[in-house]
Amino acid sequence: MSSSAIAPARADASASERDIHVQFRDVNHVYPARAGHEAVHALGPIDLALQRGEFLSIIGPSGCGKTTLLEVLAGLVTPTSGAVEIDGRAVQGAVPDGVGVVFQEDASFPWLTVADNIAFSLKRAGMEKAEIATRVDYAIGLMGLTRFRKAYPSQLSGGMRQRVCIARTLVTRPKLILLDEPFGALDQQTRLIMGEELLKLWRETGATVMLITHSLDEAALLADHVAVMSARPGHFIEVIATGWPRDRDSRLASTPEFGALTSRLWALLRDESIKAMGPT
Amino acid sequence: MTRARILQWAIVLGAFGLLEALCRFRIITPFTMIPPSEMVVSLIRIARTQSWFAEDTLYSLRNLMVAVVIAVFGGYLAGLVVHALPRLRACLDPLFSSYYSVPTFILYPLFIVLFGIGPMSLIVMGSVFGVVAMISATLTALDRSPRVLVKVARIEKLGPLRTIALIKLPAAAPHLFTGLKLAVAYCIIGVIAGEFILATAGIGRRLSLSYNNFDNATMYGVLLLILAFAASVNGALNVWERRIHRRWFR
Repeated sequence: MSSSAIAPARADASASERDIHVQFRDVNHVYPARAGHEAVHALGPIDLALQRGEFLSIIGPSGCGKTTLLEVLAGLVTPTSGAVEIDGRAVQGAVPDGVGVVFQEDASFPWLTVADNIAFSLKRAGMEKAEIATRVDYAIGLMGLTRFRKAYPSQLSGGMRQRVCIARTLVTRPKLILLDEPFGALDQQTRLIMGEELLKLWRETGATVMLITHSLDEAALLADHVAVMSARPGHFIEVIATGWPRDRDSRLASTPEFGALTSRLWALLRDESIKAMGPT
Repeated sequence: MTRARILQWAIVLGAFGLLEALCRFRIITPFTMIPPSEMVVSLIRIARTQSWFAEDTLYSLRNLMVAVVIAVFGGYLAGLVVHALPRLRACLDPLFSSYYSVPTFILYPLFIVLFGIGPMSLIVMGSVFGVVAMISATLTALDRSPRVLVKVARIEKLGPLRTIALIKLPAAAPHLFTGLKLAVAYCIIGVIAGEFILATAGIGRRLSLSYNNFDNATMYGVLLLILAFAASVNGALNVWERRIHRRWFR
């Protein structure tokens, strides 16, 4: 395990020499004041350079701006200051090409069946029916939804609905996958299995992955690097390289190195979490 | 058939039976009301023998359909716009909440001055009466629709029209039915009542003529037609609504 292998990059010369996929430069976001509410400095300053094909987990206390960070990168939120680039092109209030997002909330379409939900993006892209069918069948099998392909989301559990959303994102084969606590609604066993499937997909596709999670184990197990955020306004207090091999799986969780890593993450996170809870 | 449904039918048929008995035994005089069975017979008779029946019915139906389309689609689109502009919504909210406390029929003479005694006044009357119910329902429906779905629309790079057609409309559909049912009911009231007050044709005008001529058989036959039509439309919308709710919220 080594520290700060990918970031905070501070846009230095060495970063530019690598194959940088995503770059944050001094990004801040302030939610403006509304009636009865003061302005909130939610995020920043954030500096980060993420290499192509990297798997980054982000952990941090509640309300530290993790989701805002993801939405800034996805082009859903325009930062108050700073710049975000994907493949060297600025993200300016529009969703860049090749980005897939899985949200924390259930984002399945209740009016479509499981198969139609998963095929939604592919149909819109004008893909051939045979190719759509192949991709949807694969995704349905991968997510363990074969018996439910004609079911509507209301007939599924919360975890199964989230798997539908993950499948809908993955069938488009995005180059950058952003996951906002995607396994929060799943039980522990399913989380582990889904995590392994995510790793498998990541290895197969070579996509860059940014995973936001509350689970230290999940963050430590899946990622090449784990970024720990401070209490609001959220910024990276440390980015730790896990040092795991690329073909890792959940068996890592029983190794002493894994225990040492999660202990270190908790040591970093504990004070920030207490700070985030406010004065007691 | 469920027990609840059996009970519902029993109540309806019981009420008709009671009314039939009250009319047959002259507790309610024929000058006041004819027995329901005679209303049915009268409706069949005028439908078969009176040349005005088809003309007036089609005239009212055509006006009603146009009024419903304007109220429902116009209300939905206006709801989308108002929902997207919170300041405009804050300005209009008091108007929406007090809209039905104003007797809209007082505007009918104004509509006649503006549009003449013809279909246009009736269509405007019906749609003005129904549109706010649809706007209010659209606002409620959009408030209740998960916001994450709009984020998905942005991730999918859907334009504004596709977002409405592919995401916002289906997401809001279960909550739109209240407005749809109210808008249709208000349009029926607006068109038929407009015809009743002043019109050159229509089933409402026929109701008014038969009322003024003490022609109870025709009046109750036409009344039964309007009731049956309104109940059928509402029933069909209820069935549709239940199906969608079953799919969404099982």
